Amino acid sequence: MTAKIVMIDYGVGNVFSLLHAFKRVGVDCILTDDVKLIQAADVVILPGVGAFEDAMNQLKNKGLDQVLKNKPSHQWLIGICLGMQLLYDISEEFGVHEGLGLLQGRIVKFHEGSLKIPHMGWNKLQRGVTHPLLKDLNNDAYVYYVHSYYASEIESSTLIGYSDYGVSVPGIVMKDKIIGFQFHPEKSGTVGEQLLRNLLEVVA
Amino acid sequence: MISKRIIPCLDIAHGKVVKGVRFEGVKEVDDPVSLAKRYSEAGADELVFYDIMASYEERTLFLDVVSKVADQINIPFMVGGGIRSLEDMHACLKAGADKISLNSAAIDDPSLISKGALRFGSQCIVLSMDVLVEENGFARVMKKGGREATSLEAFSWATQGIELGAGEIVLNVINQDGTKEGFDVSLTSDFAKRFNVPIIASGGAGNAQHMAEVLVAGADAALAASIFHFNEVSIQEVKEEVRKAGCIVR
Repeated sequence: MTAKIVMIDYGVGNVFSLLHAFKRVGVDCILTDDVKLIQAADVVILPGVGAFEDAMNQLKNKGLDQVLKNKPSHQWLIGICLGMQLLYDISEEFGVHEGLGLLQGRIVKFHEGSLKIPHMGWNKLQRGVTHPLLKDLNNDAYVYYVHSYYASEIESSTLIGYSDYGVSVPGIVMKDKIIGFQFHPEKSGTVGEQLLRNLLEVVA
Repeated sequence: MISKRIIPCLDIAHGKVVKGVRFEGVKEVDDPVSLAKRYSEAGADELVFYDIMASYEERTLFLDVVSKVADQINIPFMVGGGIRSLEDMHACLKAGADKISLNSAAIDDPSLISKGALRFGSQCIVLSMDVLVEENGFARVMKKGGREATSLEAFSWATQGIELGAGEIVLNVINQDGTKEGFDVSLTSDFAKRFNVPIIASGGAGNAQHMAEVLVAGADAALAASIFHFNEVSIQEVKEEVRKAGCIVR
């Protein structure tokens, strides 16, 4: 039986390219905000581009924050970009806002300094550990980031891949059945496509 | 660290790729979707599509190209030309574009930048400017594809654009555009030093060395059209040159 994969539709960002990227690796995601469909899925993808508070409010308006917080233990939850940030306890983006609290850590802003903000462009993905999510990637794997805030004070055991941008930027994190991608796999060329294939194997 | 980006630029008219030399003498090149796919597979870091007709009648045709491109490629791409409202931006993003380039319309109504940035995020709003460096050194912002002078000076216009929320700047120097004699390295370098958003150099790429030169001088990305369209140099050859010059490339 193939896994039921849904992508949460909560009016945030452009999910079009993410849907297409999954289609290219052979998966038709169902885009939905229906609580029952989401609860019944094997894999839930939480996309997101935009502001943290706004995104959390959209989830709350639809009652989806509780659905995700109380997800069944066999269910995979994949957060991408802002979707990954929402998995954490707290964000400091324009004030202090509570996230879903599924991962331990704090979303903080890059320090203003010599580096340009947002962290936008292709950065090398460094391996935190050897992991099936990183299968068949060569040592020169670049991924595409666009963000001004990053996950800090995370549990070190959850770090799978990271990139250097003045600080170590968590790029891929995983704990139990929760996975987060800070960069955009759907915009990361062949590397991104490989990562999505790896992801599908891991959650299969 | 972030790599320098090499960006092929595709001018679109009637659903086809064209390349104007000094904005005149338009010549047809190829099908945008197959060209986009070819560049993406060849290692382009990003793509730009300009709707050079930018007419109401052509809009659907252009959006159709955008959505076909989005369907086929997995790298970021920017679209521009004739985008005059939030609705235009939304239509392009919905069709699959990642970034919106604003040029003449932002000069007529700078609030378009802030409206776009608020609604879609700064990372998505690119201020593109055509600049003519005059004999006395004044860097004049031009509009309508470089055909019409404005009273704006390049640095002050860029400053204003960034304050309004533009997340990136395309600096196209008209003196160089279509010459294949190299970018305006000094102006681009001054831009890169002055501003805290990425600067995309445009206008004058004739070979791989030109691309390397302007990236070493501080540009975050370099844009080129005809040298790629006519197979004069491959993206990998450009990247090799940039790497040799000491920059990080993907």
